[in-house]
Amino acid sequence: MSNYSMRRFKNKLALWIGALCAALAMIPLVSILYDVVKNGASSLNVDFLTSAPGVIGQAGGGIGPAIQGTLLLVGLTIIMGVPLGVLSGIYLSEFGDNPVGRVIRFLNDVLAEFPSVVIGVVIFTLIVLTFKSFSVIAGALALSIIMLPIITRSTEESLKLVPNSIRDASMALGIRRWRTTLSVVLTTAKSGVVTGILLAIARVAGETAPLVFTILGSQYFFSGLNSPMDALPIRIYRLALLPYPYAQAQGWGAALALTLMVLVVNIGVRLATRGRLYTTRSRA
Amino acid sequence: MTLHLQTEEKQPLSREEILQPHRTLENSKVRTEDLDAWYGNNQVLKKLNIEVREHSVTAIIGPSGCGKSTLIRCLNRMHELVPRARTSGRVMLDGSDIYAKGIDPVTIRRRVGMVFQKPNPFPTMSVYDNVAAGLRLNGERNHSVLDRAVQQSLELAFLWDEVKGDLDKSGASLSGGQQQRLCIARALAVQPEVILMDEPCSALDPTATAKIEELIASIKGNYTVMIVTHNMQQAARVSDFTAFLYLGQLIEYGETTSLFENPVEELTERYLTGKFG
Ligand SMILES: Nc1ncnc2c1ncn2[C@@H]1O[C@H](COP(=O)(O)OP(=O)(O)OP(=O)(O)O)[C@@H](O)[C@H]1O
Ligand SMILES: [Mg+2]
Repeated sequence: MSNYSMRRFKNKLALWIGALCAALAMIPLVSILYDVVKNGASSLNVDFLTSAPGVIGQAGGGIGPAIQGTLLLVGLTIIMGVPLGVLSGIYLSEFGDNPVGRVIRFLNDVLAEFPSVVIGVVIFTLIVLTFKSFSVIAGALALSIIMLPIITRSTEESLKLVPNSIRDASMALGIRRWRTTLSVVLTTAKSGVVTGILLAIARVAGETAPLVFTILGSQYFFSGLNSPMDALPIRIYRLALLPYPYAQAQGWGAALALTLMVLVVNIGVRLATRGRLYTTRSRA
Repeated sequence: MTLHLQTEEKQPLSREEILQPHRTLENSKVRTEDLDAWYGNNQVLKKLNIEVREHSVTAIIGPSGCGKSTLIRCLNRMHELVPRARTSGRVMLDGSDIYAKGIDPVTIRRRVGMVFQKPNPFPTMSVYDNVAAGLRLNGERNHSVLDRAVQQSLELAFLWDEVKGDLDKSGASLSGGQQQRLCIARALAVQPEVILMDEPCSALDPTATAKIEELIASIKGNYTVMIVTHNMQQAARVSDFTAFLYLGQLIEYGETTSLFENPVEELTERYLTGKFG
């Protein structure tokens, strides 16, 4: 075989191996999605999505409180976790090339590797025991602590991918450092930052263990930020443990609902940030 | 150091005259006084004195690593953005020191614009947003002001006709030569007085280079241009004055034609004839 056709062959081979690996990686994803849809679709209806759980052992009832709780928790977590995480990431990338930055980066990595159940227990002792009540606030706090290092890291990494020539170009125009960082560097890295945020949201939306220690779970709809609350992962876990076929089906339904929620958030955010985030085209 | 700057009567200055401390050019726009520059402990510019005439094109030539980029980055205080980089000496812009206490580097950078070696448009911004960025991010909100500035700058950069049909397309989607003209338009939009160009054509083909040279010639009536180049023909074509730098020192400086035709220093002659560098 000539040198050239040998190289062509190697090129083709590498391409096929790559494609095969990508396909293999898709198998678990597709099979999980398939199972969730197949088993969960039959339970999904308006009544199931909006009503409170029924009496244990009797068919009927729904996951309304759990959906409400997950939306509330994730919303509060985003409010607390996203701004802090993005700002820390900006600090580490743009101003963190010093001992303070290195210490923060190290602690952040340690925090990212903490088992989430430990974070749940810590919040349990600090907040739940102190205020003598499981609460939505405690849950959101635990989820924010889980979310923070993920967003910090991904924001830092995305900003570091922006070449310095872009920062130079902006500074040379007489644009101030903070403006350069927010309107030029962050906009350039926008899609990476948004991806990191979405991954973090998906991650905390599915967390179960820390919620057991913080919001506990509940049969009822929202009754105040400092009372126990239900959430989809807890509800799925509880339903799956029950020995009744109707409960298993409801568990699959709740799993499908959670999957769809994460998907909707993903697609929604993608659509909303497809254009430019900061320097919007605002000409007459 | 040899200077052959000429007075109004075209009398060459004598060495003594040049070394007189307060002697300045007519229409001097930028003047460095004993400018030193360091990266950490590495001194890159050594007691450099140069005067640049207003509304002229000055070429900076010299072998790689001699400090050309460092010199021009000192003139708009971009040098200090490099960690551990510092300067000493003075840089006078219209007679006042840009390194004086209390001077905000941001105001200097708005008066002294810069174009880089590799075209670096803001990749996520449209052509329009790229050109408007300098004004907009400094608070200009008026649409008609922005529209006018964008059109004028693109016209000055000879890019208007090529992009006017679609100002919303991404700046990164232009060709290399167009991107560099976009960067020039972006620099012109904030109406600087001085434009520094660091090898603006080194990544471009001859046609794109010719366009940029034409552009430089057409704007020099209103701006003071300094251009770093490795291309002797380019220096000869576009510049009125040429400065030859070697190892961080100004070896020879004067009108381009006389420096190219009758270099006084042997080093200059050897560099121009390609014996080193
Ligand atoms: N960011 C930096 N950090 C440390 N040293 C630097 C830096 N930039 C340049 N130098 C050093 O300063 C010296 C002058 O560099 P400069 O970039 O000014 O040269 P130049 O004349 O522009 O060269 P070229 O023609 O290759 O662009 C070189 O020896 C280089 O190693
Ligand atoms: Mg250089």
